[in-house]
This record gives sequence, structure tokens and C-alpha cells, in this order.
Amino acid sequence: MAVEKEYKVIGTRPIRHDGVDKVTGRALYGADYQAAGLLHGRVLRSPHAHARIKSINTSRAEAYPGVKAVVTAADLTASQDKIVDLGEGAVNLKFMCDNILAREKALYKGHAVAAVAALNGHIAEEALELIDVEYEVLPSAIEVRAAMQDDAPLVHEDMKTDEMGKQSENSSNIASHFQHKKGDIEKGFAEADVVIEHDYVTGTVHQGYIEPHNASAVYNADGEITIWCSTQGAFNARGQVAEILQHPVSKVKVVPMEIGGGFGGKISVYLEPLAALLSKKSGRPVKVLMSREDVFESTGPTPASYVRVKIGATNDGRITAAEAYIAFEAGAYPGSPVGAAAMCVFSPYKIENGFIDAYDVLVNKAKTNAYRAPGSTNVAFATETIIDEICEKIGMDPIEFRLLNSAKEGDSRVDGPVFPRIGFIETVEAAKDHPHYSAPLEGKHKGRGTATGFWPNFAFKSSVSINVNPDGTISLVEGSTDIGGSRASIAMQAAEVLGISAESVHPTVVDTNSVGYTDVTGGSHTTYTTGLAAYEAAQDVKSQMIERAAKLWEVDAKEIEFADGIFRYVNGKEEEIDFKGLAEKLGQTGGPLMGRASVAPSGAGSSIGTHIVDVEVDVDTGKVEILRYTATQDAGKAIHPSYVEGQIQGGAVQGIGWALNEEYIFNEDGQMTNASFLDYRMPTSYDLPMIDAVIVEVPHPGHPFGVRGVGETPIVAPPAAIANAIYDAVGVRLTELPMSPERVLKALGKI
Amino acid sequence: MADKVHVKTVINGEAVEFLCEPRDSLLEVLRDNLMLTGAKEGCNNGNCGACSVILNGRLVNSCLVLGAEIEGKEVETVEGLAEPNKLHPIQDAFLENAALQCGVCTPGFLMAAKALLNENPNPTEHDVRFWLAGNLCRCTGYDKIVRAVLDAAETMSTEVNA
Repeated sequence: MAVEKEYKVIGTRPIRHDGVDKVTGRALYGADYQAAGLLHGRVLRSPHAHARIKSINTSRAEAYPGVKAVVTAADLTASQDKIVDLGEGAVNLKFMCDNILAREKALYKGHAVAAVAALNGHIAEEALELIDVEYEVLPSAIEVRAAMQDDAPLVHEDMKTDEMGKQSENSSNIASHFQHKKGDIEKGFAEADVVIEHDYVTGTVHQGYIEPHNASAVYNADGEITIWCSTQGAFNARGQVAEILQHPVSKVKVVPMEIGGGFGGKISVYLEPLAALLSKKSGRPVKVLMSREDVFESTGPTPASYVRVKIGATNDGRITAAEAYIAFEAGAYPGSPVGAAAMCVFSPYKIENGFIDAYDVLVNKAKTNAYRAPGSTNVAFATETIIDEICEKIGMDPIEFRLLNSAKEGDSRVDGPVFPRIGFIETVEAAKDHPHYSAPLEGKHKGRGTATGFWPNFAFKSSVSINVNPDGTISLVEGSTDIGGSRASIAMQAAEVLGISAESVHPTVVDTNSVGYTDVTGGSHTTYTTGLAAYEAAQDVKSQMIERAAKLWEVDAKEIEFADGIFRYVNGKEEEIDFKGLAEKLGQTGGPLMGRASVAPSGAGSSIGTHIVDVEVDVDTGKVEILRYTATQDAGKAIHPSYVEGQIQGGAVQGIGWALNEEYIFNEDGQMTNASFLDYRMPTSYDLPMIDAVIVEVPHPGHPFGVRGVGETPIVAPPAAIANAIYDAVGVRLTELPMSPERVLKALGKI
Repeated sequence: MADKVHVKTVINGEAVEFLCEPRDSLLEVLRDNLMLTGAKEGCNNGNCGACSVILNGRLVNSCLVLGAEIEGKEVETVEGLAEPNKLHPIQDAFLENAALQCGVCTPGFLMAAKALLNENPNPTEHDVRFWLAGNLCRCTGYDKIVRAVLDAAETMSTEVNA
């Protein structure tokens, strides 16, 4: 159980272990892979959002000088419908395979159709133009509400709806429909003095990591496949590759290179199976890279959505009922984060009467993927702006309203689970007490808004092993790829247990043959779960070291204590030795010493943040300027506060981008028209003020140091907070994301 | 395929010769011919700045320069920023300020910051934000990067005045 303690390492801000490599250009990311005889791969993609592939002729490309291999779906063994569990939810194998290379139909613009390996990337690109594909262009379903209609073009002709667990008779783009009910919704709305209901629309948004996807592979003659790639989870990538290639999982080794951002988008494999197939065919190492255009069009963004929320409250500020209709675009295959959206839509409020009606809908767009608190941002935009409107109607401060309606330990969510100890009230109070909240905001067209974001957090599985070095340091071996400083946050937990400095831990992220199974860096689980594995592995080291001290002093191990990095025998003779001293003597006390742990905890401890934003709206251009931004968040216990702040700041800024600029723009044929960083405009340094990150610590009882994952929550609140600030500034409520200059001007009635 | 071009240039203070295709970008030459993989490809069309290097004292996106164009010129890349066993103050400031998360944009930011401080040793926060707007970072929200560059400027001006 977590208790308030003094820590020596936890809560400090050491230089991250991989820092020097990353500021000198020495850190090797996936695309930096080099090998003798390396071939370069590129992928041919469908120009159509929906088309039947009538034929593919690769002969001209194969004959082109410098081309060493060409693959199409014919090289990929056709997979049957089969549900496989790869660690983070079950997936349909046929869908997963068909997304790697289109078989009968191309289901979105950018869908891979063929891949080429050649002596260099230019030759590979030229060869792509020599592949003759005959398409029969089909009408496409490109917007969620239209796609749900009975007469909509079907993405999959044989797709039946999973209708509350039962299969529908008719084919439909609705892959699944589910509901959550709690209490008596009609009675709840009847008790309300104020009922507010709006429709909300959000566009497709990309994670926007700066590093494009990449994969290199060597397929050896003995069937051993090695893959080097940028992935959020090497084991998860290994599992997908093995299933897609129908190859024994033990004959696939994934080497996780440094990863240039993921945010949920680097969990699915796209290029890895292609690199392996091209290597098999050519007998050489192959590196396949995506262009930025490929990344936008062919990897999983977060879904566009249509959401309708209705909330009732009494004049004294109590929520009496809440109802949501949530329809998410899954993309070309089922599996949008609509389930997570349903978990989040009314959390973390105490709702006695609730109803959630949710739909996972196929459209002719790339299969969506996780993006930082997937689903939560879309629905928080609705709930948190309606709460602001209710507060306006009943004349209550939104911060007070949140305090009054906060869920507490033991309350249940509308979707069922009971809240453990959460830090909602504490983050709201931190916002209320922050000087920003009471600072005067003067001038025309300026406004302030607040909103809260919720993410349940997840607990996956992780393994860590620790080797004790003779100089009193430890080598920590882990399987969690480090996207934002997790080597440090994991190493520090082992250091704390062993009473050594953070610098005395040498963390290494290793391949799938070199550490126990570890799930993806995602779900805000890494510092929590892999940190827990490091804690347990360090405990294992500690117990073994006590045995060694007992051997050294020829005493009973039960009489040795370990505290503050010192082993002490206090019963009779005074003996003590520090960790380093004992590490030096491992050779004479039994030889090498290693600790290990594999963990699969449950109950990650939800994460909550409350944001305050000041904006200025230019009523002539519609541009919204962020003047000041404060984000409070419950971290449980911040292991490395700088990187917790970094998560909060980075997440808030992704939320700001989503709020104001970012969206895929599709033409009527379902083709994305802004697939570049120029036209899909993410925030730059010049668009932003400093982001004041306020860490609140309400220890998570399920972790020895009280850690809660922090990565995902901070993206959730910004769009709603900014919408509320825009209303405060100019008196219009926007219900569509992004709140671009055009939409602001429309709302103002200027265009 | 056109004949390869022979290029003589100076990279990080050392004379370098290489062969490249006329169509190869400087970024491709650095990464694939010279194994200087510190410069990253994020977009290959000049929008993200991950490939930033300094060419004859000027900050450029190496994806928008041809390899053949650097004949007789001088290129500075992230690999040349530190002295042997001593990091550059900008590198130190990035580490101290935790100004990187995934780190893939970091080489570009370091080179952009160096070009800024060469030109303007005492920038304001506004100057830093304006100058760095050509470099995209998706992890940090820029807060800690801007602070790191301001810190580095202070350290460097103290060193100059000392």
C-alpha cells in the first residue's frame, strides 16, 4: 500500500540514461538501420478510396534494372476469419492480413497493393510506377452518419452487425452496436431543471509523430526472421508478424530500434511483414520506409466521430441524468476506440441515471488506431462543453460544479466499473487554487475556459531482469520501448529499492529473444507496470544480496536488515556493508547475481486532469490565439517530474492542435487532400505559450510508490476547455472540431 | 540512371569526398552515403525540420538541398556539435531541461538553435519561438525546448564574457 514516504531517487530529476545518445545523433532509430547489401523497399498504394482489384501485373517492375523483388497479396497466404489475441485486445486475422496487402478490394486511398525492393529508394519508387493494377472503382462510404444508412455503399459486402452480442441478418457498415444503462434515465431527466443537448462532430486526426513508419528485415534461409523497426511493442509486433506470415512466433525476432514518437499509432504493423516477404524473395536485408504522405494516408489516425450528448441538472448544480449517442468511424476494418469513448464520456462524474448508445462504423478510410486516450477526447468535447453551458444557465462556477458532481471511490461508472481512489477533486482544487484561475483577463474578445479530462489507464504485462555489476551498479534489461523517458522512470524505481543512484542503473531495451514478454508502451501503463516489474526485480536482487551478506558474515539472513542502501547485521556483532561493497564481493559469495520479475497487475488507477485556458479570438480572421495555458493532473506519484510535466505539456499541445487546426480533409471521392505537414498543420513553437504543468499526487494504492500512468489524459481536456474559452470570449458555442478560423467565422455569422 | 557526381566538401570540419546521384538530396547523402544518420527524415519536403543542418553558416532543411550542391561548401551536422568528451552547451541544456522525449526531432532542433544563437546570442522567448517554428516536435509541446534554448543562450554568453 502506498504511503507518503521520503524518497531518495523518486521525485528527483536525473539526466535520462539515453540522453547523450539522443543529443549527439548517435541514437539509432528504425530508419537508421544499415546492413551490407541492404535493399530499399517502397509500397504501391491504392489511389482510390474503394475499388475492386481486377488484376495486378508486376512483370514490368520485376524486369526493371535494380529491382530485386516485388510482392503482392498473392505472396501472402490467405488467412481465414480467426480471432487472435495479441496482448492488447483481440483482432480478426483476415482483416489484419488484408490491411497489409489488399487482396480483392482496396478499401481506402493509401491501401497497400504491392511492394518493391530495389538497390535504392529512387529505383524502388520508379518501379512502383511500372506495376499495372486494373481497378474497378466503387462508390465509397466516407462519413460516419452516411455510412450507417441502409443504402450506403458497403465497405465489406458480408459484414454483419454485432448487435449487442447477436449477429444481424443484413449486411451493414455498422460493425458493432452496444449500450450501457444505469438507473432510470427518464426519471433522471424529469428531475432536471435544466437539460442541454447538442450534436458534436469531430474530424479525423493523426498522431503526427515526426518519425515515419519503417521496418527492416532479414529472412534467413533457415526460416529465422529478424526485424528491426520502430514499434511501441516488440512482442506485439512479433505476434502480428508471426500471425500474418503464418510463421512460428519463436522464429521471429523483433529488435526494437529507438522510436520517434508513437502515441498509439505504432502498435499495428504495416511494413514489417512486407520487409520480411521482400527479404525472403530477394535473399537480402530489406529496409522499407513510409513517406509522410504514406503515414497520413495509410496508418491509423484517430476516428472522426458524431456524438450527441444530453445532460440534465438541477438548479443547485446536481447532474440528474446523462445520455450519449456515440458513432465512431472505424476505418476500413472494425475496431474504433468507441468502447473506450463509452468508458470516458461521463467519467469522472457521479451519474445515477445514464445511458450510452455506441456504434463502431466502417468507412472507406484507413483503419483507425489508438491515439493518446483514444476516444476520450472526442466525447469529452461534448460533455465538458455541455457542463459549461449548464453552469452558465444555473449561474454556477464550472469548477464548483465539478467538485459537487465528482465521482468518488466506490461510485460506479455508467459502463459499470467502480472507481478506485481517484484524484478528480484534487486536480479541480489545484486548478481553482492556481493563480491563473483568478487572474484578471482584460481586453476585448478574450475568454477563459476550463475542462476536465479522464482516462481509465490500463495495466498490461511486463518483465524486467537485473544483473548486478561488480562496481555496484546494475544493468536493467527491459522490453518496454522508450518513447518519452521511460528508461529513466523505470530505472529510478529499481534504484530506489536498492538504495543506489539513478545513474547507477544502466537500462537497456532489448529484443524479443532477450527479455520476458512485455506489452506495448501504451495505455499509460509503462511507468506503472514495467516500473512495477523493475520494483519486483529489484526486490529479488535485494533478497539475494541479503543471502550473500549472510554468507559473507556467516550469520542468518533473517537477521540482516537493508535500509538506505546499507546491509546491516545488528544482532551481536556490528557488521555493515553498502550495496557497492557487497556487489564487489559477489565473486566470493557465490558468483553472478541476477534478479527478475514478470508482472501482470490489474487496476492501473485512473488518471484525471483539469485544464484552464485563456484565448483571444480575432473576430476578423477567426483565428484563436492561446494566451495562457495551465494543466493540472494527478500523477499518483511523479517518478521523474520533468518527464511527467513533459507528458502533460505535450499532450495538452496535441489537444490544442486537435482543437484548432488539425483534421483530414477528404474530397467527395474519399481521398485525403492535405496529406503533408504543410496542409495538415500541427502546432509550432510560435503558436503557443508556455504550458504550466501542475502535478497533483494522489497515490495509486495499487503501486508501491503510488504511480499512475500520465501519458494519455492530458490530450482530453483541451478542445472542450478551448471551446468554453471561445464562448467566454465571443459568445458562440462551437460544436465541431477543429475550431478552425472558418468555423469560428461561421459561428460568428461573418461568413 | 545518370552518372554519379563526384563531390568534394567539408563536413563538420573535415574534408569529405563522395559520389552521389544528381537526384540524391543532401539528407540522403548524409544518411545513406556517409552514415551520418543524426539528421532525420520526417517529411522530405521541408515542413518538419528534422533534417536541419547548417550549410555555409545558414540553417537549411537538408531534404531540400541536393547532395551535389554542397561541392566546395561547409556543412555542420549534429554529429559535429560536441567536442570530444564535452557536449555543446545547447546539448547540455536540452538534457538538463528534459527538452526531448522521443528525441527524433532533437538533432534538428539542436542545429536550429545553434544557428539562432550564432545570429542572435541573446534571444527573447518570442525570438526563440519564432526561429524554431520551422522545426516540429510532437512530444514536448515546445515548453522545455524553448527553456533549454534560453538557458543555453545564457550559459554561452556567460562563457563568452568570462
